[in-house]
Formats: sequence, C-alpha cells, structure tokens
Amino acid sequence: MNNDKLIIGGHEFNSRFILGSGKFSLDMTKAVIENGGVEMATLALRRANNGGEENILDYIPEGITLLPNTSGARNAEEAVRIARLSKELGCGDFVKIEVVRDSKYLLPDNYETIKATEILAKEGFIVMPYMYPDLITARELVNAGASAIMPLAAPIGSNRGLVTKEFIKILVEEIDLPIIVDAGIGKPSQACEAMEMGVDAIMANTAVATSGNIPMMAEAFKLAIIAGRMAYLSGIGRVLENKGEASSPLTGFLND
Amino acid sequence: MEYMEGMDNIGSEIMYKVIGETENYDYKKYKDNDVLKVLQKDIISLEDYKVLLSPAAEKYLEPIAHKAKKETMKHFGNSINMFTPLYIANYCENYCVYCGFNCMNKINRAKLTMKEIEEEMAAIAGTGLKEILLLTGESRNMSSVEYIGEAVKIACKYFSSISIEIYPLNVDEYRYLRECGADYVCVYQETYDTDKYEEVHLFGHKRIYPYRFNAQERALMANMRGVSFGALLGLGDFRKDAFAAGLHASLIQKKYPHAEISFSIPRLRPYINNSDNNPNDVHEKQLLQVMLAYRLFMPYAGITISTRERAGFRDNVIGIAATKISSGVKVGVGGHGKDEKGDEQFEIADSRNVKEIHDMIISKGLQPVYNDYIRL
Repeated sequence: MNNDKLIIGGHEFNSRFILGSGKFSLDMTKAVIENGGVEMATLALRRANNGGEENILDYIPEGITLLPNTSGARNAEEAVRIARLSKELGCGDFVKIEVVRDSKYLLPDNYETIKATEILAKEGFIVMPYMYPDLITARELVNAGASAIMPLAAPIGSNRGLVTKEFIKILVEEIDLPIIVDAGIGKPSQACEAMEMGVDAIMANTAVATSGNIPMMAEAFKLAIIAGRMAYLSGIGRVLENKGEASSPLTGFLND
Repeated sequence: MEYMEGMDNIGSEIMYKVIGETENYDYKKYKDNDVLKVLQKDIISLEDYKVLLSPAAEKYLEPIAHKAKKETMKHFGNSINMFTPLYIANYCENYCVYCGFNCMNKINRAKLTMKEIEEEMAAIAGTGLKEILLLTGESRNMSSVEYIGEAVKIACKYFSSISIEIYPLNVDEYRYLRECGADYVCVYQETYDTDKYEEVHLFGHKRIYPYRFNAQERALMANMRGVSFGALLGLGDFRKDAFAAGLHASLIQKKYPHAEISFSIPRLRPYINNSDNNPNDVHEKQLLQVMLAYRLFMPYAGITISTRERAGFRDNVIGIAATKISSGVKVGVGGHGKDEKGDEQFEIADSRNVKEIHDMIISKGLQPVYNDYIRL
C-alpha cells in the first residue's frame, strides 16, 4: 500500500479522499482535512473573498493541494475565464471544470465541459472535469487533455449513492486516467463500494457536511476509502450465486 | 391589462398558466391525511405544494420544518449569504395603496448623486459586504435606466454581485444594465390576483399586470444570472399568492433551466402616514409555512429573509429555509455613509448591523458567505 499513489497530472497523492468544501463552516475545515487525511480540497472560486471576510483560502491549511472549481460557469467560455482567474489568484494549476446549465439538478453539460477542458489543458492546467458518466464523453475528455475524469454517482448533494454505478464501471474499464467519483456519495459504505470496483478516488462534501459529527464522518470516509482501495488491490474474492455452485458435473461426459 | 406604448410584449403563456392554476387552487379541500402523505415524499409535485400551503398543513409545521431543513442543508450546506440593500432614489410614478413610496404619499423624496452613491457604496463595502441590492422607486423620469446604469457601474468597483430591484424594464434595457454589471433582478408581483391587482394599483405603469409578470423572463432573455420572485403577503389571499409565486418561479426555471431562482417573502408593513398597513391574517406561523413550502417545492431556490421581520424570527428561519439575510439595512434613500436623504419605504423590524448579523450566524453554527459570484 505504501507505494500505492494516486497520480494526477504528474502529482502524487497518498490520500484518495478529495474533500469538497462549501457546505460546512469554514472553521471546521482544518479538522475535517486532518481527520479525513485529505491532501486535496476543492474550493469554489466564487466563494473566495481575497482580503475580505470569511475567505475560504484562509482556512485551508498549507500543504493541501487546492482544486479550484468553476462553479457558476454556464458555458465553456465562462469556465475558462474562471480558471484563468483562479491561476491569477495563486490557486495553482489544478482546476475542476464544472459547467452547469441547470439550476435544478446541477447536472453537468458534458459538451461544454469538453470544450473547456481542451482550452485549459492546452494552457497548461491540470484539468479535472466533472461529468455525467458517459464513455463517449470520457474518451473525448481524454483526447482533450484531461488529467482525471470525475463522473457523478448521483446528483450533487443528493447523498443517493452509486446510482450511476454501471456506467462508472465502464469508465473504470475503458479509461486509463484516474476516475474520481464526484457527487452523490452519501455514506462511507458507498465510497468503499466505489473504491472496491476500481475507482481511483472519491470526492465528497455534502455527506460529510450534513452528518451529525463532521470531523468524525470525515475520518469514517477516510477509512472506508482505504478499505475499498485495499479490497480492490487484493482482488475481490469470488461471490457465489444464491444457490451455491452447481455440483453436478457438466463435463463428466468427457471421461466416458 | 393592455400594454402601454413602448412596453415589450413577449407573450404570456406562463402568465395564463399561473393565473389559471391559481384560480383553481382550492386549499380548503386538503385534509390531514394529504399532509401526512406529502411528508413521506422525496419529490414534491405541484399538487403536493398545494397541500403544503393549505390550512391543513399548518398544524404539521414542525415535521415540515424538519423536512425543509434537510433539503436546505443538502442544497446549501450551512451557508448563509449576506447582503444589504441601497435605496438610491424614492421617486415614484405609481399609486399603489399599500406602499410608502406611492406618488400620492407626502414624504421627503430624494435621489442620490453619483458622488453620494459612491460614498454610500464605499461605506457599505467597508463593512465587508460584497453583495448589494440597488433599489429605486418606480419613476423612469426621476431615476432613468441610464442613471441606474451609472450607479451599477460604480457598484462594480466595490461589489462582486449587484442585484437590482427597480421598475420592470424591456429586454434591451435589462441587457444594458447587465452590460453595466448587474447580474440579478428582483421583481415582485405583489398580488397575482388580477382583480385585486387592479384594485390596489390605481395608476401608473405598474397597473399593467402582464408587463410586471413577464419582467423576470425579459431579464433572463437579457442574460441576467438569476431572478427573484415573491408576492407581498397580506395584500390578497396569501395562500393563493404564495402558490402563484412558486408556480411562476418553477415555470420560469423550466423554460430557462440555467437561471438561478430565489424567493422573497415580504409581508405588508406599516409606513409613514399609514400605520395600520398590516398583513391581516399572515402571522409568523403562516409566513414560515410559506417559506417551508417554497423550500420543499423548489429545494434549490434561494430564500431571502428581510428586515421587515423581527430578529428572533430571522435568526430562526436561516438554516431551516432561508439562505440569504440582509444586514445594516436602511430603507430610506442613502443612510449608510451619511444621514438618509429621503424617507423610508416601510418600517423595518431588525436594525442589526453587518457584524451583529455575522456573529449571530456564526453562533448558530452556520457560515456567513460574503462572496458567491464572479463577475466575468
């Protein structure tokens, strides 16, 4: 396990738990990051308040890789402009593309996401696009220069778990970039399940933020993600059907 | 409901749907069992929304509040957005019988100069706020679109988000203000009851119900980021008006899915020369019921709680349903940097400053949010 690194855009991470911020109090950020063993945390640039009150950038401890997102962007052009602004503000090279044109379900616009990814990757950003889990889109994102693919498990904030499981499995099978499940994971057990099936990392926010004990839930996610990863690396043992294995030989006739 | 000359007519299919559904809304027919069924649902339909606004739902406010709080957490976390309004003028050409700014009411009228606007904005920005709501009375002559545009341009220097609550405009005028830097438009229909609307809007352009009704849509056609809805509760039948505002907002969201949607839930307030201007049967219980119904019907919509309400009420509805709160509020013209130049629109019930509201939010385990928009 010690050599099991998550590598995104050439950067190595030991933790496979990416923390989404923005739904819990800022003064809890440090505790959540520490308890969750988090090395990368997202921040909505629209919430950054440089030099002002309650600036999220003031609460994220040093050493944590910032993953600014383009929340609020309604098309590729806006996402690109927000990403550039993020770099100007010193938030680093990573960017999570969020292009959302639906205020009700907050589902990503895959088409605009591909366009933004292509532009930003060419500009040297380490692009991590949030997307609806669709293989064709994922391939386009790879071609556009994405450094990871971030499919949603269920609508943002819904805590509904791995609703899109079968489609994420296809991405795990077919795409060579890290697959990071983003949005919808509601419980540590669901994070564990996603990791068991070969997902590379989990991003969570609402599930932690809406829990009764936020730092403890962050730790629970950390442990679940580690457990899932270990299980995946170990190779999941075979699972028998309800009735057990048929014992009557089907190939005995070969010995006749 | 004839349009006046120069008013954009963009068609009214949403308006007719809202008026029709509202007329047919019979809130008296719902019983306890209907409410209990709605409480078990994950997704609230239009029919469920009718139930939540009914008198039958009043005695279930506690479980409804719990359900609403979960939705608020899910969609907004514990974030509470902070802002303040700035009235830059109070001239008005309408005669609306319930409003302190109405042109027949003898009050001190004023309009800030650009220098005064800048001073006011600098003072507000000094409190840490990054979001401002600019308001005028409804006078095209005294506070023209160009005047408002210049105010918006100054606001860009100090604030990341600029909302406007002014008289309804044509699409090209909203587009102009968008280009100046405004991003959010607040227009309130006051009452959706067409007869009542005519009865309380005695003259002026505001009398044209459909022009006002379609303001949000025109603003979105002009590429505004979001729009706010609301009825002045207590003016007409508040259950029907609240129902109509929610339906109006949901149909606009369906037609413009990218639009950010929010609600305000104003009640009638006393004003100068009319201390009896009260919301009759809309008590805090009913006000909360409306907020909770909005939250469950459109869980992703912002809800603003105004200083029309007392501190104790405001402090308790944030986190349950409300997601945005004003502070340091003056409802006369100016008053943030220097003394107010013109009289107030109504009486406020919570005069706490930004720091006090900030501390209250923190004390409730919630997170004050100052900045939540990037002007590109």
